Amino acid sequence: MKLEEKLSPIVRQIPSSGIRQFFDLVNQKENAISLGVGEPDFVTPWHVREACIDALDKGMTTYTSNQGMPELTQAISAYLQERFSIQYDARSEILVTFGASEAIDLALRTIVSTGEEVLVPEPCYVSYTPCVQLARGTPISVPTSAKYGFKLRVEELEKVVTPKTKALILCYPNNPTGAIMTRKDLTPIVDFVKKHDLLVISDEIYAELTYGGRNHVSIASFKGMKERVIIINGFSKAFAMTGWRIGYAAAPETLLQGMLKIHQYTALCAPITSQVAALEALKNGLHECRSMVSQYDRRRRLVVKAFQDMGLTCYDPQGAFYVFPSITSTGMDAQTFAKELIEEEEVAVVPGDVFGPSGEGHIRCSYATSIERLGEALQRIERFVKRKRAKLPYPKTSISSL
Amino acid sequence: MISIKRCDVSIHEAKKKIVFFNLLLYNTYIILYHLRSLDHMSDQEQLRHEILSILKENARIDIKQLADMVGATQTEVEQMIKELEKEKVILRFGTTINWQKIGKPKVYALIDVKITPQRGHGFDALAKRIYRFSEVHSLYLMSGAYDLSVLLEVDSMEAAGRFVAEKLAPLESVVSTTTHFVLKKYKENGVIFDDPENDQRLVISP
Repeated sequence: MKLEEKLSPIVRQIPSSGIRQFFDLVNQKENAISLGVGEPDFVTPWHVREACIDALDKGMTTYTSNQGMPELTQAISAYLQERFSIQYDARSEILVTFGASEAIDLALRTIVSTGEEVLVPEPCYVSYTPCVQLARGTPISVPTSAKYGFKLRVEELEKVVTPKTKALILCYPNNPTGAIMTRKDLTPIVDFVKKHDLLVISDEIYAELTYGGRNHVSIASFKGMKERVIIINGFSKAFAMTGWRIGYAAAPETLLQGMLKIHQYTALCAPITSQVAALEALKNGLHECRSMVSQYDRRRRLVVKAFQDMGLTCYDPQGAFYVFPSITSTGMDAQTFAKELIEEEEVAVVPGDVFGPSGEGHIRCSYATSIERLGEALQRIERFVKRKRAKLPYPKTSISSL
Repeated sequence: MISIKRCDVSIHEAKKKIVFFNLLLYNTYIILYHLRSLDHMSDQEQLRHEILSILKENARIDIKQLADMVGATQTEVEQMIKELEKEKVILRFGTTINWQKIGKPKVYALIDVKITPQRGHGFDALAKRIYRFSEVHSLYLMSGAYDLSVLLEVDSMEAAGRFVAEKLAPLESVVSTTTHFVLKKYKENGVIFDDPENDQRLVISP
């Protein structure tokens, strides 16, 4: 019996993550500094951990309601209202999930039917495409480019939209590029969505991590858009809570109740301990979140400047904790660059093409690492780039990357 | 009678007015205070705060790195640090040391001191006499059950005892002292003394 043949065709065709091999490579290196980590380097603030310990102490070890603890959905509702000026009914329009990841899956399975198309701007987080496929939908890539600061442009959307298009996925602030979409950037996208009668799944997990006084704008806050948008968010990035696996979705009642159906049969409820911790984070954690953001901001400036000094074109990322410099001036592709960088200088970065074809020629560097280690890693990268450039037959300008 | 009544009324009204104006003043003050604290600092002020908060964590940071972190030039940053030193905003670039680790532990004692303030000088004159001793690591004026809190840093318990008996207690205005010895330091200046936990994260994640 060939077990391989027993796998569903959809599962069989999904490629395993392109990050896997780098993971193994880095693990062999003892002194490696990793800029490949997609999570905060801060530990969850103590008051949040302490609240969870207290909950365990009191014996809070049970299921909660499928939708999540009422206190938590209320706190989320108040938070969305205060931060992004969108009103969601805590009782019927908010669902607490196992991280934003589950919420993405639920959203897609709730709205996508076989053969329907979902627009996925790339480079993007690695989950969207496989999740669309698992929902029996067809993912359609929408390229973004350094030339436009990796912002999503309506021109590109118009090229690929068809009558079969059901939804658009947005992820801003963006992983891996750090791009954000301002109100002005979003306006034509809103018109596009209305014109083609689409739904939007807006993954706003990095919403708290924006810099230079530019606050995140949710597409759901546009007039007439709430009914078309499923907001995905969570606690991982804003409150350094990745391992707690706690996130949420906010959507108009009909859509949310659909998601709740799947959630109640596949997940039952998010872990109660994590829900208690999340509630504490929302109630008392925003101050600490601000202080983490200001530390990221310092590192961001440092890293961007360092890449620019090296002559690697790096536009200014305004959100998340990634920079996405172009490395084409070294004469290498992203995969070769990343592999040789680990081999020769023991610094791990993620090649941009892992996040989609538009990421080719770029590397993703996370600055969620201490200043000391960042400084050391940047010195190693600089040494590496100089060495590689010296080997080039003719000087390549970084303009070619655009 | 009538005139008295009138007078009462007008006093009452005047009081009301005063209360009203006080409230108005108070509210204005609150609003101004919040405006100030709500990131309404000038760019220069913000830059100074940013530099200070980085230096507080790492006084030995490379100037170029510091300049890149705050988005200013090296010259600007150097100039600003010089000014901050001149204005005595930055008083010293120190180091937080765990003396226990090098086998030369220091002895720390917190001494609660009750005093009678001196006429015309308040607490400051006596504080000055106390803080000039090199053994005094920190000195605070306190609210509550006692007046001054002296943090002593010396090499031995005997030295601490000598200081209290020979220097501190005999001071004329000192009414009483209560000495508490520090048994173990867990955290100082925001630094935890236990060895830091390792980075538990996966080396690469999406």
